[in-house]
Amino acid sequence: MTRRDLLRRAAMAAAGIAASRRAAAQTPAPRPDSVAGDPLFRPDAVQERAVVTERDNDPVVKAIEQRLKCTCGCNLDIYVCRTTDFTCQYSPALHREVLDLRDAGKSPDEVVAAFVAKHGEQILMAPPPEGFNLAGYLVPGAAVALAAATIGWILVRRGKTMAPAAAPASSGATAAPPALSAAEQDTLRRALDDVQD
Amino acid sequence: VTLLGQFCLWLALFTALWGAGVAFFGRPAERPDLARIATRSSYGVAAALAVAALCLWKGLFAHDFNIEYVAQYTSRNLPTSYIFAAFWAGQKGSLLFWATILALFAAAAQAVTSRRHAALLPHVAGVTNVVIAFFVITMLFAANPFERLLFTPDDGRGLNPQLQNPGMTIHPPMLYLGYISITIPFAFAMAALLSRKLDTGWIHAMRKWTILSWLFLSAGITLGMWWAYVELGWGGYWAWDPVENASLLPWLTMTAFLHSVMIQEKRGMLKRWNVGLIVASFLLSLFGTFITRSGIIASVHSFAQGYVGTFFLVFLVLACVLSFGLLYSRWPLLEPEARLESMASREAAFLFNNLALVGIAFSVLWGTLFPIISEAVRGTKITVGPPFFNRVNIPLGLFLIALTGIGPLIAWRKASTQNLRRQFIIPVVSGLVVLAGLLLVGIRDGWALAAWALCGFTAGTVVQEFGRGVRARRRMHGEPVWSALGHLVSRNRRRYGGYIVHVGILVYFVAFAGLAFKVTTEVTLSPGESTEVRSPFGHTYTFTHLGVSQYAQQNRFVSAAALDVRRDGKSFGRMTSEKRQHRDSFGRNTFEPSTEVGIRSDLREDVYVVYAGSVGGTDRASYAITINPLVMWVWLGAGILVAGGLITMWPGGPVISARRRSETPAGYEAPLIGAGAAE
Repeated sequence: MTRRDLLRRAAMAAAGIAASRRAAAQTPAPRPDSVAGDPLFRPDAVQERAVVTERDNDPVVKAIEQRLKCTCGCNLDIYVCRTTDFTCQYSPALHREVLDLRDAGKSPDEVVAAFVAKHGEQILMAPPPEGFNLAGYLVPGAAVALAAATIGWILVRRGKTMAPAAAPASSGATAAPPALSAAEQDTLRRALDDVQD
Repeated sequence: VTLLGQFCLWLALFTALWGAGVAFFGRPAERPDLARIATRSSYGVAAALAVAALCLWKGLFAHDFNIEYVAQYTSRNLPTSYIFAAFWAGQKGSLLFWATILALFAAAAQAVTSRRHAALLPHVAGVTNVVIAFFVITMLFAANPFERLLFTPDDGRGLNPQLQNPGMTIHPPMLYLGYISITIPFAFAMAALLSRKLDTGWIHAMRKWTILSWLFLSAGITLGMWWAYVELGWGGYWAWDPVENASLLPWLTMTAFLHSVMIQEKRGMLKRWNVGLIVASFLLSLFGTFITRSGIIASVHSFAQGYVGTFFLVFLVLACVLSFGLLYSRWPLLEPEARLESMASREAAFLFNNLALVGIAFSVLWGTLFPIISEAVRGTKITVGPPFFNRVNIPLGLFLIALTGIGPLIAWRKASTQNLRRQFIIPVVSGLVVLAGLLLVGIRDGWALAAWALCGFTAGTVVQEFGRGVRARRRMHGEPVWSALGHLVSRNRRRYGGYIVHVGILVYFVAFAGLAFKVTTEVTLSPGESTEVRSPFGHTYTFTHLGVSQYAQQNRFVSAAALDVRRDGKSFGRMTSEKRQHRDSFGRNTFEPSTEVGIRSDLREDVYVVYAGSVGGTDRASYAITINPLVMWVWLGAGILVAGGLITMWPGGPVISARRRSETPAGYEAPLIGAGAAE
């Protein structure tokens, strides 16, 4: 190890120790006495929020809300909207509606059905795969499958018609190579040197 | 400045119409003087629109609030960079931006195109002039950026807070550059059809424009994802919003074109398909603009005002009828020079690749329009959101990754069984190793497993291709590995630049699959209080609320909530998320409070913190905390993709002429290949 390396490593080690001490110094001591919080200087500059409860993070509630669209016009689901930017007035109300329905003993599907009954089918983030909506789900895949099948069919048919013509030239899977002179082989070697595809 | 700006718009309109008229009706092939006039009109239009653009910028920087656009999108205390960017913040300014950039591109196309393709240039000028004239007419009659108010307000309304982000200065221009530059390849395609010069000349003339346009679009879309991620606060980067979808559509068709054009260059096939893809890309770029500006589909991005949507719809229909009509009229001139012979050929793989790309484009378009179709058929409004798009597109996306890996492994014309076996071993093993590794670490999400395993397979293909190329060079020239790699790439920029682009796409897909493991939780904390969140990578993050500080800045009042973060007990630093109340120069609130997200990224996962608000007007704060796996890979993928694209379009490199194509018996299994000289 050179002297320069030694000095550099020593400097890095010192910087690392200093950084970890700074980080430790910044770690706050818990203040259990301030659970209520101190008043803000300008409370009007931030949104007022209710205390988050365990139910707000309930995976079942989250899954229900991810199936339902917020009605504020954002195109997001209720869960994403109510946890985004926090300016929406609609998604917190819709969230409470979901919680109320759950409190009333409704299953997830029943909650979703209640929302559809109230707001119409457009409250769903994706249309149910039934009736005309099936066209929405199936048409793209069917179109691609049909096109792929058509290409495949054409290629297989063409391969069959071309096979007898190719047979005299080659009995293998590929066409026979043309006879190459030494000069041509040299040219080809140089071309391959470029590894062109 | 408004008078000068208006004058320049009219001047640009008349010059564009005159240039187009001369190009289309002046028989430029027989009259070189008229051909010169047509091509030079592009420079005149560009100069006039550049002056008009400078006039608008002058108005913005002078705080001339008597100009309606200036009053609508700026205020006296708006930071300078955002005054500059306010040019494209609204409908009217963005139309002027679009027209100006298109005019500059059109002039550049005239200036830099090789004289070998001079015969195409008058028609290229004609087509670009028509498109520019449309934008200028839209401005003059439906959305004039120089419109004045009857009174002068004390201050402007200011810029929407979500647009006050560094992304604003770069994302919209980049996306516009992508959309706009599609017009140049389209103009070359139309010029080739109009002049009946349908050999591969027009493809060579516009190939780099297509790659440039594709790169701008790729960068613009990714910057949009980045902006959505850092600014909107929902912890994601792609929401399948109609306007996002609209930007993806031309990208998909252009990607398909960049692949299928190789078949035309090498085998003289798919000529009609290629013209169709370029026309479709141009029309889809117009369609995207129509969606954004018409309000026909609900989107958070749209800025529908007045009759602009109607203008776009009429132009879209006209462009569709005229361009496809022209293609139909030249159909017999676009006969293929060769035919597809086998399913086991690179041509077939490219064809299926095109099918997957166009299929995804179709499914995205179908999903975007399905609410309108459903309402028309059933009279019922529906929503087509991410669950729909994910369900339909994930299988197609996986099919595409597989083809990305398969394509380079198959020989042109027809591959032998031996060739297939030799080529596929390493990629397949590579994919299986990735799959086994993921199963061993306990991942059970089927889609993510499939995506990552296919990425492993395709990565194996790319590594194999590079490895064989390097080995061949080392054997031939005795070069060291890095030198061989450098020469390999520099002498075959299209091929190896393309492989690097593939790596970029794979890295994107790795990131997309990571979304399946996102963790979000909400919490309310008093100062000093902590919460723990476990990440998908098994780390335990401890968040301790430090407090909320409030202070004034140039055009806003900031409330910043701070968290001390520890990962597995070790300090991870301090994270801050802000609420910003924007104000005008008189201290009046201008918009609802907006949120600034706190983000800490590394290669594995992002810690994403949003300050939701406070409880009872105190410093007791609510947060949304998200652990987002592999997000950095999206930005990494973009970097790799752009680097690969730049290598591909770097000047120089071989061009395959029609003569050489006809002389080259592609696909013969010559003895040299069997001897392993190069594969």
